[in-house]
Amino acid sequence: MVQFLNPEGEFGVPKGLEAYGKYLDALTEADYLKFYRDMARMRRFDLEANALQRQGQLGLWIPAIGQEAAQIGSGYGVRGNDHIFPSYREHGVAITHGIELMSILKMLRGVNHGGWNPEETRFHLYAIVLGTQTLHATGYAMGVAFDGKVGTGNKDEDLAVITYVGDGATAEGEVSESFLFAANNKSPLVYFCQNNQWAISSPTASQTTVPLFKRGAGFGVPGVRIDGNDVLASYAVTAKHMDDAREGSGPFFIEALTYRIGAHTSSDDPTKYRDQAEVDHWVARDPLKRFEKFLRRQGVGEDFFTEVEAAGEALATEIRDATFALTEPPIENMFNHVYSEPHPRIDEQFEWLKRYEASFGEGN
Amino acid sequence: MSNIVELSIAKAITAGLRKALTDNEKVLVFGQDIAQLGGVFRVTEGLHAEFGQKRVFNSPIAEAGIVGTAIGLAMRGYRPVAEIQFDGFIFPAFNQITSQLAKLQNRSEGYMNMPVVIRVPYGGGIGAVEHHSESPEGYFARTAGLRVLSPSNPNDAYWMIQEAIASTDPVMFFEPKRRYWQKGPVNLDAPPQPTYQARVLREGTNVTLATYGPMVATALQAAEIAAEEGTSIEVIDLRSLSPIDFGTIINSVKKTGRLVVAHEDSTNLSISSEISARITEEAFYHLEAPVLRVGGFDVPYPSAKLEEMFLPDADRILEAVDRALAY
Repeated sequence: MVQFLNPEGEFGVPKGLEAYGKYLDALTEADYLKFYRDMARMRRFDLEANALQRQGQLGLWIPAIGQEAAQIGSGYGVRGNDHIFPSYREHGVAITHGIELMSILKMLRGVNHGGWNPEETRFHLYAIVLGTQTLHATGYAMGVAFDGKVGTGNKDEDLAVITYVGDGATAEGEVSESFLFAANNKSPLVYFCQNNQWAISSPTASQTTVPLFKRGAGFGVPGVRIDGNDVLASYAVTAKHMDDAREGSGPFFIEALTYRIGAHTSSDDPTKYRDQAEVDHWVARDPLKRFEKFLRRQGVGEDFFTEVEAAGEALATEIRDATFALTEPPIENMFNHVYSEPHPRIDEQFEWLKRYEASFGEGN
Repeated sequence: MSNIVELSIAKAITAGLRKALTDNEKVLVFGQDIAQLGGVFRVTEGLHAEFGQKRVFNSPIAEAGIVGTAIGLAMRGYRPVAEIQFDGFIFPAFNQITSQLAKLQNRSEGYMNMPVVIRVPYGGGIGAVEHHSESPEGYFARTAGLRVLSPSNPNDAYWMIQEAIASTDPVMFFEPKRRYWQKGPVNLDAPPQPTYQARVLREGTNVTLATYGPMVATALQAAEIAAEEGTSIEVIDLRSLSPIDFGTIINSVKKTGRLVVAHEDSTNLSISSEISARITEEAFYHLEAPVLRVGGFDVPYPSAKLEEMFLPDADRILEAVDRALAY
């Protein structure tokens, strides 16, 4: 397992991992502070969104607490023109790519089903049916290769694709099909699997008898397991394999071993299927705390952490106010984008609904 | 001077694909065995040699993968035309078609278009084993976000495949496999009519007979027999199953007062169910008889030695015509 920061926040590049370690040599203190700020931002966003759900402001919340290192680290390993195909828990990856956090809250409030621009943001829409996005990512990566944007040596031109899956989703046949298509086409694609050890109530052991990072091997997709609670491992390993993919080495699978400290969603009750002792074990390995210990060892002072804490409070207030200010979507949103060209069935039904609504008259 | 050639439906689709591949370098054609072999029905014959491996290529035997990667390629700006080898093999891809392909424009609030065509040889009458003779078009016609087309003759086949590829919406393109080798004139210069419009193929005054795809030839045969007996049947080829051109059907029913709808698919909750309901809602006072449906039975598609009893033929259509007239 690739690890550079142990749970005590002590840094070291183990022998044999120098190819990853060199990605860390290039990091500055400003990068470290950025990683921490975003991990803390992701945590605070999550806690606030959970509170908003409990107050009835969101229909559902999908917590990612405990997965901050996996998401912020890998998110910053993605560069330039790269495209990202998330599952539905990648709020941290969204943070690293400038997605407005309110887009996520709007969706979970029920204002829309996503609605951000995937081409502009390069962060594609959340995919709720597990594993479906891996095939979209594969097709996109095939297209990148068809366009000749792989292995040209021009870093501004070449791009790779990353797709996020969970441990549970690896059981879906479509994920296996994507391995096959990606390997056959030598597509510039990296799978980033957050093994958070629970698929709702099913432990990873019920999805696989072979470690997940070995899953792709038979299809021609090699893999590695990393400590998903180590932001530096997550960053370096993602950055290296995205570089390799851009250079034409084909698909690669990263299994980030982490832990879902929270529930599957706000509708879930994990006390029914797992012991508190297990949760406590992983809370003690909190990725945010680990990175804080590292930064303090590096000499980062209290002022920084105080500043981050204050920024978190400001973020909480900001998204709370913005959530309260969200308006109801207009009814045409239901009809407007079913087709891109006119379709009589949709048009007639929209016209009917408008007439029906109007029939109640003004002010009734 | 119009440029008219005689082609089979299969070769008209080949010609349409060739035109689309020539006109737009973003068009890709792929599916199982479609490259060197030209597909099991030879519809893509010659295209691999002509356009090369980068434009026309074989896919692994994984239907969800074929459609899922087509979606990704469309996101990258390509216009994929994917072949599903047989009607009964489409279901492994059902999730990608109905949950993803059909919904991505909606999910993205229009930021993304999905110009993907899924070609499906469909229908029975070829003496095949299980899963090779089905009519799954109803599943897709009722799925919001998909367009569904089915040509019945070479001219439509040539033009409609190109129109499907030019559409920025996903199109399910159902090809009448037992009519693949039926020949007819193809006008290479101009399309026959707007894509989603039905066509009156034969004018008549007593009964309207609406159908599509492989049953069109059967319907025309029934109309011919009826004419000899003094009954005038108006035959409508729907051409598009999503949207359905109800206007053309209603105009005809206003004239005839009677409607029979025929297809190979089982009648339960089918295209004919929807047409029956809509015509009853919208043209009730023009009807002299209930709308009658002629189709497959509500059983799994039978083994080859029984399919003749399953598939509607001209006699079964005429039996319904007689019932409509007897009202």
